[in-house]
Amino acid sequence: MDNNKSWIDQRFPLTKVWNEHLAEYYTPRNFNFWYFFGSLAMLVLVMQIVTGIFLTMHFKPDAANAFASVEYIMRDVDWGWLIRYLHSTGASAFFIVIYLHMYRGLLYGSYKAPRELIWILGMVLYIALMAEAFMGYVLPWGQMSYWGAQVIISLFGSVPVIGPDLLVWILGDYAVGDPALNRFFSLHVIALPLILVVLVFLHIVALHTVGSNNPDGVEIKKNKDKDGIPKDGIPFHPYYSVKDIVGVVVFLMIFSAVVFFAPAMNGYFLEHANFVEANPLKTPDHIAPLWYLTPFYSVLRAIPPMFGSQFPGVVGMFAALLILLALPWLDRSKVKSIRYRSWPYKAALAIFVISFIVLGWLGMQPVTELNALLARIFTVAYFGFFILMPWFTSIGKTKEVPARVTEK
Amino acid sequence: MKKLFKTIPSVLAGLVVSFNVLAAGTGAALDHANTDINDQKSLKNGANLFMNYCSGCHSISFMRYNRIGKDLGISDADVEKNLMFNGEKIGDKVTSSMSDAGAVKWFGTTPPDLSLVSRSKGVDWIYTYLRGFYKDDSRPFGVNNKILVNASMPDVLWELKQNKSTEDFDQDVRDITNFLDYVGEPAKLIRVDLGYKVMGFLFILFILSYLLKKEYWKDVKYGKWRAKN
Repeated sequence: MDNNKSWIDQRFPLTKVWNEHLAEYYTPRNFNFWYFFGSLAMLVLVMQIVTGIFLTMHFKPDAANAFASVEYIMRDVDWGWLIRYLHSTGASAFFIVIYLHMYRGLLYGSYKAPRELIWILGMVLYIALMAEAFMGYVLPWGQMSYWGAQVIISLFGSVPVIGPDLLVWILGDYAVGDPALNRFFSLHVIALPLILVVLVFLHIVALHTVGSNNPDGVEIKKNKDKDGIPKDGIPFHPYYSVKDIVGVVVFLMIFSAVVFFAPAMNGYFLEHANFVEANPLKTPDHIAPLWYLTPFYSVLRAIPPMFGSQFPGVVGMFAALLILLALPWLDRSKVKSIRYRSWPYKAALAIFVISFIVLGWLGMQPVTELNALLARIFTVAYFGFFILMPWFTSIGKTKEVPARVTEK
Repeated sequence: MKKLFKTIPSVLAGLVVSFNVLAAGTGAALDHANTDINDQKSLKNGANLFMNYCSGCHSISFMRYNRIGKDLGISDADVEKNLMFNGEKIGDKVTSSMSDAGAVKWFGTTPPDLSLVSRSKGVDWIYTYLRGFYKDDSRPFGVNNKILVNASMPDVLWELKQNKSTEDFDQDVRDITNFLDYVGEPAKLIRVDLGYKVMGFLFILFILSYLLKKEYWKDVKYGKWRAKN
């Protein structure tokens, strides 16, 4: 044994891990506002797990008792209302933070070589998070929980040939009911959180292997000093750990404002109709998923049924998600950062962001002729961003990328 | 162009705000209930009116008698004397004594539980509904409602409406609405106050964390961090 090492280091690589991932993980010195959202996403994940543990202690995954047990948490459990609001607001906050985190990737080309795998792991995380959120929303067993689940799960029934059997296999019954609630509970509190935690771990290991990108899209590892330390790098700890604390506090201020002053966010974080217990005999006038799933719900509704089947819409919805995985190979530009990109990419990104937001808004609205037309136009724009990317990233004049990161 | 990308976060923030405005603008024209959950006098009067005029048919089964007493500052003895009529125990939930079968026979339907009506319909809806009854001889109870057409409910507050001035009647309805708002979310009584304390704490933490960050980042600014090792 190496007697120069501490008792723990002789048995576990504590100092090594600490240095590799924190004290000697060299991070570009020019991170801006957009670089807060990765650490914030981790914060929200931990918060959801901790509040979820306490909710699980009091929640009853049983169609006859689930709705009442949530109200029991809201009224009779000490501080139960706060734990429940932290969890329900946390779900929406998770998606806000993740969408900003993904947008950062688009702004600065963080998905481009050599970071393709970080992007792919992140996208799988995003899809797993959507499944987690969807199943979590079923648990309070309100009208929207029930009918939202009914609409989304019935999509699987449109798969050719095996659809109807697949549906019964998923639900454990012919309709959403107690068996579905029970298995969604199991997936929501065990399977998906485990997957999320493992994927976050892999996402970070992959990041720390290649190093972080930055707003200039410059590879800081190309410029090292005589000790092999990147000239534009600073140790993550303490510099970015203290900076992230500021981000965490600002985030918590906004988050707390919602939790304490508008926890239902006027029906956008907790839908009004979900305060009515699930009733299989009474379909609500208007069924809308929560805001974070609506862009994809819009794509689903935009594609008309073909040969009497909803299946093309379902394929379109999943394609809208999966096409994001191909991004690293669709982008042909030599430069990463928006700061040095050509104007066609900037214009396309602007159109893409607008399309995503409009699709999200349309997904919450009832279908009218105008809305259906708009949904189709913006669905085409959404897919156009990816399909035309090899073309518009190879035209136009890019600016010259500096050798070193720039100071603001 | 650069400016455009810088404005995107503020656009996103603006969207959250406009969502609120949009949500508020939907639905039929409702009168503004203008309730104040911190007005204990109004809550007490609302509780009294609810127990006398509503609880015969409508349960608020997620609410317990002694919790109402505790939150509204009414002693258990007074709750038992003034708010409980059917020999329940003080820790019992507030349920109506009408049987479902009887309700269907008399009203054609079972009166809904009102524990969460303020959360599903909103206070403005309750306030407008209770004031929205008008005479209609074609209906079984001789009344109809302007926002819930063909409601099965009789105008149980007609006596108050007849004997009081419009302002006093509106205030009574407002008090019932206020009480139901409280019943929908008892935590609302302490939530907002606690929120200000949490925000105050976070604001102080923000100043401290910002100063800490600034102190550390002096090293980065002057390129000194390497010299420290």
